[in-house]
Amino acid sequence: MAKRVSASNVTAYYGGFKAIENINLTVEPKTVTALIGPSGCGKSTFLRSINRMHEVLPGARVEGSLTIDDQDIYDRDVDVTAVRRTIGMVFQRPNPFPTMSIFENVVAGLKLNGVRKKSILEDAAEKALRAANLWGEVKDRLGKPGAGLSGGQQQRLCIARTIAVEPQVVLMDEPCSALDPISTLAIEDLMFQLKDKFTIIIVTHNMQQAARVSDRTAFFSIEKTGDPGRLIEYDNTQKIFSNPSVKKTEDYITGRFG
Amino acid sequence: MTTTVTSHRTRPPAQPDSLRAKRLPWYAAPAIAVAALALSAVVVYGTGIGGPVLVVVLGAILYLVGLFAAANVVEGRRSARNRTWSALIHSTFVLAVLPLVSVVWTLVSKGADRLDVNFFQTSMNNIGARDANGGAYHAIVGTLEQVGIATLITVPLGVLCAIYIVEYGRGKFAFTIRFFVDVMTGIPSIVSGLFVLAFWVLIVSPWFNDGRPSFSGFAAALALSVLMLPTIVRSTEEMLRLVPAPLREGAYALGVPKWKTILRVVLPTALPGIVTGVMLAIARAAGETAPVLLVAGGGAAINTNPFENSQSSLSLFVYQQAGDASKYAPARAWTAALTLVALVLILTIAAKLLARRNRLSR
Repeated sequence: MAKRVSASNVTAYYGGFKAIENINLTVEPKTVTALIGPSGCGKSTFLRSINRMHEVLPGARVEGSLTIDDQDIYDRDVDVTAVRRTIGMVFQRPNPFPTMSIFENVVAGLKLNGVRKKSILEDAAEKALRAANLWGEVKDRLGKPGAGLSGGQQQRLCIARTIAVEPQVVLMDEPCSALDPISTLAIEDLMFQLKDKFTIIIVTHNMQQAARVSDRTAFFSIEKTGDPGRLIEYDNTQKIFSNPSVKKTEDYITGRFG
Repeated sequence: MTTTVTSHRTRPPAQPDSLRAKRLPWYAAPAIAVAALALSAVVVYGTGIGGPVLVVVLGAILYLVGLFAAANVVEGRRSARNRTWSALIHSTFVLAVLPLVSVVWTLVSKGADRLDVNFFQTSMNNIGARDANGGAYHAIVGTLEQVGIATLITVPLGVLCAIYIVEYGRGKFAFTIRFFVDVMTGIPSIVSGLFVLAFWVLIVSPWFNDGRPSFSGFAAALALSVLMLPTIVRSTEEMLRLVPAPLREGAYALGVPKWKTILRVVLPTALPGIVTGVMLAIARAAGETAPVLLVAGGGAAINTNPFENSQSSLSLFVYQQAGDASKYAPARAWTAALTLVALVLILTIAAKLLARRNRLSR
């Protein structure tokens, strides 16, 4: 189920601007990996290049190689939609589809990829909503619009939508930054449970969150504005937060950065 | 406005001692209004320079001045400005609605004369200048068929074109298409009528008609399409641009192909706005007279076949009847105008309801 993600010499551009340079990193299956670093250091760019969402923006491109269990996802004959089905993504702001009900939102990935049978969809919806800890709250109003839920519920709905297509890797781009502490806790708990089945990579600005949820942590940084982001240190979370080997990492996590 | 802002900046207002402020009593505004009207009536009729319209206009100005003065004395300058601007904005609203109410009232009162069953069942075939009856059945059929065909042509074309511009178009080609759509927006309806007359009626239609050119409702539909297309493309384009990018990304991230994302996520989200744009285009097309006159001829008999022989339309019917030398014709023109407005209104309401039914009830 869960797969290994490894990046070698990944460099990403927005038009002429080089956003990240020579990122080398391997994420083991069934772990949570946190990407931390100051704003603009390329964490989100790197995350988005893992499921080829980076290239959605006009002029954006990626160099280097990114493999999922030894399959290069940037090979010429790779189907982009298959990559994104294998590697799901949860965004910073909850983005449920406004014209769809809660049920339709959860099964959107299946339905839009051709699954028609109602019993399959219903089973998948219940399974995904239970996995996202949302089933109890919405089981009586599955026909209501997804946009009518609270922010935290919407984000869990988006997580349910992502895991309903049964990806192998789940990418999360600051999934809790728009949420209150209780909803954040609910989603962090969720990550612990999801770890059994998925490989999770999460971008976060909250270092306590990185320390709480992740097994390994990657610290990204930039020299100065306009320079490409680089991977400074990548190690076990425990090590990064207690005894980092690079001075810059220590400065950042202790708040002495910049 | 900018000068007041800067004056506040340079000289910050003193902190008030109390948060309470003196307010004008609730009856102050109506009292000032009554007084202003009375004063204005005395002035206007006393000097004998005008009638009731001048009384209202002068009264409104006096009301604004009086309100400002009273509020300035009791409540202070900021509040006086607030009251005066609110009153101004409300009166502008009334000013904007007045013509609309007037048009609707004129249509209903004058159109009611011939608003009978006969009007909707008969045509103008064999109706002479001395005949009181006669109706617009043929014109209603013509309008519905011509606008219907034009809608069938332009909605798919226009929506697909907008999708290309917003979702796929990059660089010069998309820019060129947008530019020409803008140019098309400015085409006068008579030019589109002439274009279809020259191209379809004179060149293409003889092929189907034993070598003789022929008017047809379809030609009118083509001319209306030329007018509707840019409206639909531009409004759909704007609506598609309003769909937030995160929704598209959310769908892409689920492994949904781009075309399916557009079809199942982007279009449904933009649907109510697209429907409004289409209805605007339909309303414009239904009111066009010149192209129909040029290429459909405007026959007096009922012709349900849009592909052969001349057809009329409601707006053309209004034009013909309004200029007809018969004392019964103006009443027919008014009723046809009322019918046209009602038809567009009914279509708009129906389309809005249909578009809303697809959305979830909040």
